[in-house]
Amino acid sequence: MALDARALAALAANPGCKRRAILDGAGVDKAALAGALGSPSAFGQSQFALTRGNAFEAKVKADGGAELLRLVHERLDPAAPPPVDASAPELAAIGPEGRTARTALALREATAATGGWTLLDHPMLALDVAGSAAFLEPDAVVVHPDGSWTVVEIKSFPMLDGSADPAKVGAAARQAAVYVLALEEVAARLDPPPRVRHRVLLVCPKDFSNLPTASAVDVRKQRAVTSRQLSRLTRVQDIADALPDGVCFSPELPVEQLTAAVESVAATYAPDCLAACELAFHCRDRSRAAGAVTSLGRSVRAELGALTTVDDVLAAARGEAGDPRDPAVAALRRAAWLRAEALDAAAPRAESPDAPWTGRTPAAGAVPACR
Amino acid sequence: MDRADAGRRGGARVSLIATLARLEAVATGRARPTATVRHRRLSERPLVFVPLTTAGEAGAPLGALVGTDRDAPHLLVVPQPRDRDLRFAFLAELADIVLPYIDSYADAVEAAERNETDPETGRRVKVEVELCADAPQLIVPSRAGVDYVRLLGRSMRFRRTVEQDPQTPYPAPPRVPLLGRWLTHFGERSRVPGSSLLQAVTELLGRHWATGQSSLEDQHLGALLAWIDPPQGETGAQAALRAELARDADGQLLCPPAGPATDPAFDNKLLAPAIERYDRARTALAAAEDGLQADDRLGALTAAEREIRALVSSRTLPTWDAVWHGLDLLRSLPEGAHVEERWTRDRWSFTGHRDRVVAGEPPQPRRDDAVTAANKLATREREQARLEAQEALDDPLVMAARRLAGEAFAGEVVDVVMAYSEGKRPSPRPLVTVRTEDVPHLAERAKVYRSLGGKPQAAEFVRWDDDGHHADGPDGVGGADRGGLLVLRIVDKMGRGKEPEAGSVPEKGDRLCFTVFEHEQRGGAKLPDPEETPWTHGGPPGEQPPEAPDSVTQEDLL
Repeated sequence: MALDARALAALAANPGCKRRAILDGAGVDKAALAGALGSPSAFGQSQFALTRGNAFEAKVKADGGAELLRLVHERLDPAAPPPVDASAPELAAIGPEGRTARTALALREATAATGGWTLLDHPMLALDVAGSAAFLEPDAVVVHPDGSWTVVEIKSFPMLDGSADPAKVGAAARQAAVYVLALEEVAARLDPPPRVRHRVLLVCPKDFSNLPTASAVDVRKQRAVTSRQLSRLTRVQDIADALPDGVCFSPELPVEQLTAAVESVAATYAPDCLAACELAFHCRDRSRAAGAVTSLGRSVRAELGALTTVDDVLAAARGEAGDPRDPAVAALRRAAWLRAEALDAAAPRAESPDAPWTGRTPAAGAVPACR
Repeated sequence: MDRADAGRRGGARVSLIATLARLEAVATGRARPTATVRHRRLSERPLVFVPLTTAGEAGAPLGALVGTDRDAPHLLVVPQPRDRDLRFAFLAELADIVLPYIDSYADAVEAAERNETDPETGRRVKVEVELCADAPQLIVPSRAGVDYVRLLGRSMRFRRTVEQDPQTPYPAPPRVPLLGRWLTHFGERSRVPGSSLLQAVTELLGRHWATGQSSLEDQHLGALLAWIDPPQGETGAQAALRAELARDADGQLLCPPAGPATDPAFDNKLLAPAIERYDRARTALAAAEDGLQADDRLGALTAAEREIRALVSSRTLPTWDAVWHGLDLLRSLPEGAHVEERWTRDRWSFTGHRDRVVAGEPPQPRRDDAVTAANKLATREREQARLEAQEALDDPLVMAARRLAGEAFAGEVVDVVMAYSEGKRPSPRPLVTVRTEDVPHLAERAKVYRSLGGKPQAAEFVRWDDDGHHADGPDGVGGADRGGLLVLRIVDKMGRGKEPEAGSVPEKGDRLCFTVFEHEQRGGAKLPDPEETPWTHGGPPGEQPPEAPDSVTQEDLL
């Protein structure tokens, strides 16, 4: 399953989207699919960012992760003995299943051998998502002397004067929360189950240098939200069962066939998808073509009641449709009237006077100056 | 695109009226107005700054276009962004353009008065001070550009020059720390709602027009402009889509992002190879064995540098033009009546920083002390309230949203009955009946305000006069055809006499607009001086040691 923690966090942010669930669940390359559909995704990473990110991670993990362990000790567990002679087990194995098993073994051994520190560099974890296994690869997991486990996220955005971009920290926390959930599944199989810490360590470059600095991030909330959203994901199998026979998402298919296949699974598009899903531009096109008001933002929907299309809303606002006793319709009419009145009052702004959308137009001059 | 940004559009509350404007834009294929006047100051001579940054590096500039002349921008380029000397050269060049521009506003002053506390008597006294007659204005393409100005300011203001500290490693060119202090000031000021010293064009346009896309998508300058001013024969949606996604045969965006981040395809396909060629040319030059060879290799290096300059220019010029295009569109709107007053506050802010620089004060600290932080927060809250009130008073379209929200009402005066207050010296307290179709939320004896000669006149809500009116009932909301009769008692601004001054009492037939919110903001409780910080907030900060410069690593820093 081609799901990383970032994709999972995005999926959890939009749990109602069956299209995303099935494509991710089936391991479809969404970027290739989007290209084949004629709406290529705009994601990509600059090689400058990649180089810098890799260099920073290597620096943080240099010397057997001495600096990284020092930061974990300092920020999360200062009462524990300082990390000297930490072990760093070899985690290489064949295939994701093999690596997952190797990681679970290393975690069990490290937890049993209490008293020391263990650093797991790029372990592999499995998480059950909508009935299929997703394999995840955190930057690092640290086993404390007391046997508890900590997720470490290494990011290359700077921590300036002790604080980083809240949007980026939020994204990192959501990603780390997925790792915490996956670790908890491993922990639950041990007896006694070790504690998975809900404060993760976020390691970033300090100010404008490439020296690492770290901050403990409490991911309890993100963990709870992600856990709830993941449990809400419709089982991929159930979605697949509801598909017409012979549906195929291969990018080699002709566009019409591919479009039809994608259309056979419902999507829940909102503008946030643009930042999280390769297929977003395709879904946006369809959403706009259908006149869905949510293509303007999820919040727009809230105040429009049962009206879901642009035409319905405008017709209701013009007084051509809708039940005036419906509070949403009444508020719309009032809004349209007030808007038209104000625009009329400010005549100097060049507007075509007979715009088709205008509601009841008040007589000129009938407006207070409000000044 | 930054999700956190969507919610913090200064001053503009998302009202059903704004949502309707977006839907109208979808239906008509063109942006719709959400303001009838311009709510921000545009300088006669703004300094436009279009920076590009290097992906993955914190604040390592790649280049910029900057200047006040739209036909002649200065192009600044860092051919190898990881090279400290080249970055310093860039910043020094930037300082040579920005600081003279700022200085050109520092000398023209007018006399003004400021309230200060006399240190001896403790009384509030008026002091004659200077106020700069105008202030500089920095314009960047987008909110990310504003953040970048702040980041550049932070990266420069603690640098040391040789004059400041002969021992400093990697000394900064002179004036670079000063530029950092100014950019920091602009960045801080931009957090004050309604301020205009540093503005992002996307935010300015987004304040005045609603497009047929989401506010998230509006952060793309090209797409936003496409909706507001689509090319002949195209809808906003078509033009915006082209601006967002269209690529040439080489896979490069036709409309490059407004920065400071560049498109990864540009980085990987064009920029990285060009920088590599530059690096090779430099190494070759350093290894030259004689003058003739060096001459040749210098030629190759110059050519490699010229290539990078052309690349940076090609990614910034479209944005440069878009910024000026946006400014043209904004200038087509008349300035709102209260904008001048808010600009005066910007002038105070500019003058204050000028004075701090002249007085030799140290750069802004990394973290504010408790009192400064609380003061900043209080200022932002007060200015937010001020901005919301002033925008509504200046613009009937903004007022319409407040009326819809029950925070204001408009109507015709249908009756005026003279009445007087009780007491030894009866004062006029006329009762005014207003017929309105609005449904304001009015508590018993709530105060409402109207603007009378630019000053607020207060009235007290007395009662709804018609039977069966449900002020807050759901069916009252859409009651465009059902008038409500509101009785108000005017309570001030009528002069000292028994008879109200001419023109101070509404007359039958007048069309008026009252607000439930106050027009002017009172200052909150005064905070103690920093020396008096209570122990609950960390106590007095004491004598602050000068801030140390940022730690220096061999390989990499700005």
